[in-house]
Amino acid sequence: MAGHSATDAHGADHGHHQMSFFTRWFLSTNHKDIGTLYLIFAIIAGVVGGTLSVFMRWELMEPGIQIFHGLASMVYGVEGDAAIDAGKEMYNVFTTAHALIMIFFMVMPALIGGFANWMIPIMIGAPDMAFPRMNNISFWLIIPAFLLLMLSLFVQGAPGGHGVGGGWTMYPPLSTTASGGPAVDMAILALHIAGASSILGAINFITTILNMRAPGMTIHKMPLFAWAVLITAFLLLLSLPVLAGGITMLLTDRNFGTAFFKPEAGGDPILFQHLFWFFGHPEVYILILPGFGIISHIVSTFSKKPVFGYLGMAYAMAAIGAVGFIVWAHHMYTVGLSLDAQRYFLFATMVIAVPTGVKIFSWIATMWGGSITFSTPMIWAIGFIFLFTVGGVTGVQLANAGLDRALHDTYYVVAHFHYVLSLGAVFAIFAAWYYWFPKMTGYMYSQALGNLHFVVMFIGVNLIFFPQHFLGLAGMPRRYIDYPDAFAGWNYVSSIGSYISAVGVLIFFVCVIEAFMKKRVAGDNPWGVGADTLEWTLSSPPPTHQWEQLPRIK
Amino acid sequence: MKNKAFAVLAALACLLAGTGAFAAQPVEWQTDLQPAATTVMEGIRWFEEYTLWFIIPITILVLLLLIVVVVRFRAGANPTPSKTSHNTAIEIIWTLGPVVVLFFLAIPSFKLLNEELIIPQDVDMTIKATGNQWYWSYEYQGDTEVSFDSYLLKEEGRADAGKEDKAAYPRLLAVDNELVVPVGKTVRLLVTGADVIHAFAMPAFGVKIDAIPGRMNETWFKPEAEGLYYGQCSELCGKDHGFMPIAIRVVSEDQYNAWLQEAANDVGAANKALMASVDNESSDVKVAANSN
Repeated sequence: MAGHSATDAHGADHGHHQMSFFTRWFLSTNHKDIGTLYLIFAIIAGVVGGTLSVFMRWELMEPGIQIFHGLASMVYGVEGDAAIDAGKEMYNVFTTAHALIMIFFMVMPALIGGFANWMIPIMIGAPDMAFPRMNNISFWLIIPAFLLLMLSLFVQGAPGGHGVGGGWTMYPPLSTTASGGPAVDMAILALHIAGASSILGAINFITTILNMRAPGMTIHKMPLFAWAVLITAFLLLLSLPVLAGGITMLLTDRNFGTAFFKPEAGGDPILFQHLFWFFGHPEVYILILPGFGIISHIVSTFSKKPVFGYLGMAYAMAAIGAVGFIVWAHHMYTVGLSLDAQRYFLFATMVIAVPTGVKIFSWIATMWGGSITFSTPMIWAIGFIFLFTVGGVTGVQLANAGLDRALHDTYYVVAHFHYVLSLGAVFAIFAAWYYWFPKMTGYMYSQALGNLHFVVMFIGVNLIFFPQHFLGLAGMPRRYIDYPDAFAGWNYVSSIGSYISAVGVLIFFVCVIEAFMKKRVAGDNPWGVGADTLEWTLSSPPPTHQWEQLPRIK
Repeated sequence: MKNKAFAVLAALACLLAGTGAFAAQPVEWQTDLQPAATTVMEGIRWFEEYTLWFIIPITILVLLLLIVVVVRFRAGANPTPSKTSHNTAIEIIWTLGPVVVLFFLAIPSFKLLNEELIIPQDVDMTIKATGNQWYWSYEYQGDTEVSFDSYLLKEEGRADAGKEDKAAYPRLLAVDNELVVPVGKTVRLLVTGADVIHAFAMPAFGVKIDAIPGRMNETWFKPEAEGLYYGQCSELCGKDHGFMPIAIRVVSEDQYNAWLQEAANDVGAANKALMASVDNESSDVKVAANSN
């Protein structure tokens, strides 16, 4: 096998000589190159989105308005009271942009466009994605989408402000009649394009996984990451068109005189919320399911044991995906839903805790009896399991409509979804990065730096988000630029945590740069016998075209 | 009589805490829900603590299992990994176990939901609250017509309003005109929005309901203790979302009736008179407490 891949590698080098830089990176049809582009894009977007969040925490460090009026006067050139007003709106624009960037331009590109693109064809024994050129356009659509969103920050939004300040949920009428400027239109188009990109990607993954598995790899022998991506792709395919429909109606309400959501003309603002959350709830599983798959591989690799309860793990993800489509209105408990509707959504939402519990316990059972080495990816994975549990159990609390009455739209919700996404999905991304970095680049990073990154990040994010539970219980609403003085203490702690996390991200960059400078050769399989999926049988980095001879699975 | 006793108790409790005569607002370093002023909020507080009895042990169980695994099955302690990848019995246990836990959560949860959403038949009065960018309008729907707007109390307006005490009238929570309701009466609250969606929230009452243009939402509360209660707009509504608080002053029935009659003509004067009456009462309580 090793000899085989060495020949491949030689062929690959040969191939590169023929390709100019432009051809290789701009006209790419190679899933690994496109995956690399996605990862670079996600890192850039993550830095932008993260910077926005540090500005927000800086503002919230003390009661009063500290920095946003100054920021608004620097960026938009307004002075005095107008600067205060512009600053207040700018804060809302920052929360909106932070959410949209982190969801659509960081987590999704990293997990699906990046790691799934890179690893799914290799793991299932396919030479490339089913539609390589469609893969390329998926990536190149996301760039204009991101640019549109960025540009929207600098055009008129709400009266006297710039950008979209209506939250990532974009509820009308705030996003229609109350935001006259073109900023919202640009953000809607950005989401249209990003959505089209994701739908094309989803079609590509479904086709690849269903049709291009190596001989002998039945669907029940497929690696769990492939299962996770397959389910995620179906969620994307079924939910994104609903978002596209919803925001198209928003667009026509804004510009072409329709009245889907205008109560004064017989429309209904709540209809948009139903459409949005019919997409929005599956979306949060789109963000976390690929992470589930990755964590399964890492836990199995470093425990030197096969995944415990493989079928249970696969079908737990399928169950989470399916039930995820019928719980959307638990985001809307306070809109005035009927008692029966709230009872139903309460119960359906609680059901999701069961397959999620199966996953948590199966990860622990995979480790049980293993021979565990604590390499950097494994430390991130263990961190993920614990923090995801914390975010999961607060989710069970919030499922209860009666209790959500007190917690809805408070920082308790902010804490909950950052525990599952910022400490869940993002930890899974870093775990995947440290797991596959040697495979993708051929270089081994400094595990000491990777571990330091983990420790600083773990402390930082917990300091940010754990105190937010207390703020939420005490009643502090979300999306507030300023808060009553009683909330000052925990907000201060939370902001300190944000600065620590920013240092963590810097350590991440140091770790990456160090790895590229030192060029320690990683070898085909740096993780040993536990790493038994197909990517570890190839060279590091893999040849440009792998599996010219298909692997056979017993 | 009972109401009076409640007020005295509440005032005494506040004196002991050294914070003055007001009822519910967040406090520094608070880690739990605000104190309840209605039975609904008591139910919410009870249920929140009840869920903690499940979720904290579950989280600790996961943490302990992780610690055990990390210590017992580290490569140094356990060089040869087992090959076990199935155990039907344990998989059934960890599927059915959570189902049982969920039933324990769901039953009181449904009960709480009923308490919140089924509006009592014997409503004493109806008030309509309208969310505007960025203030609240209140309308008393009864024989005496009273309606007024309620804005954030401006810092420079404190002296004129007689609201210089920042403990009783905190920054960003205090308003110019509070919503006034009588203690122990069931109030039906109709909520709507004039321009964009807002949300009427009163943590101490366990009330949160969206104010949606074109819709009339309905909820209820029955405050059990006199005092001044604070909440904040809880649905993003634009640049001054953080600057349109909600304040409800719960007073005795006599004080309420006097206020209502006067407010029909002049809300500002009625509020001043009501504040004077409430201040007198609490200083009486202070004197009584000191003489003990």
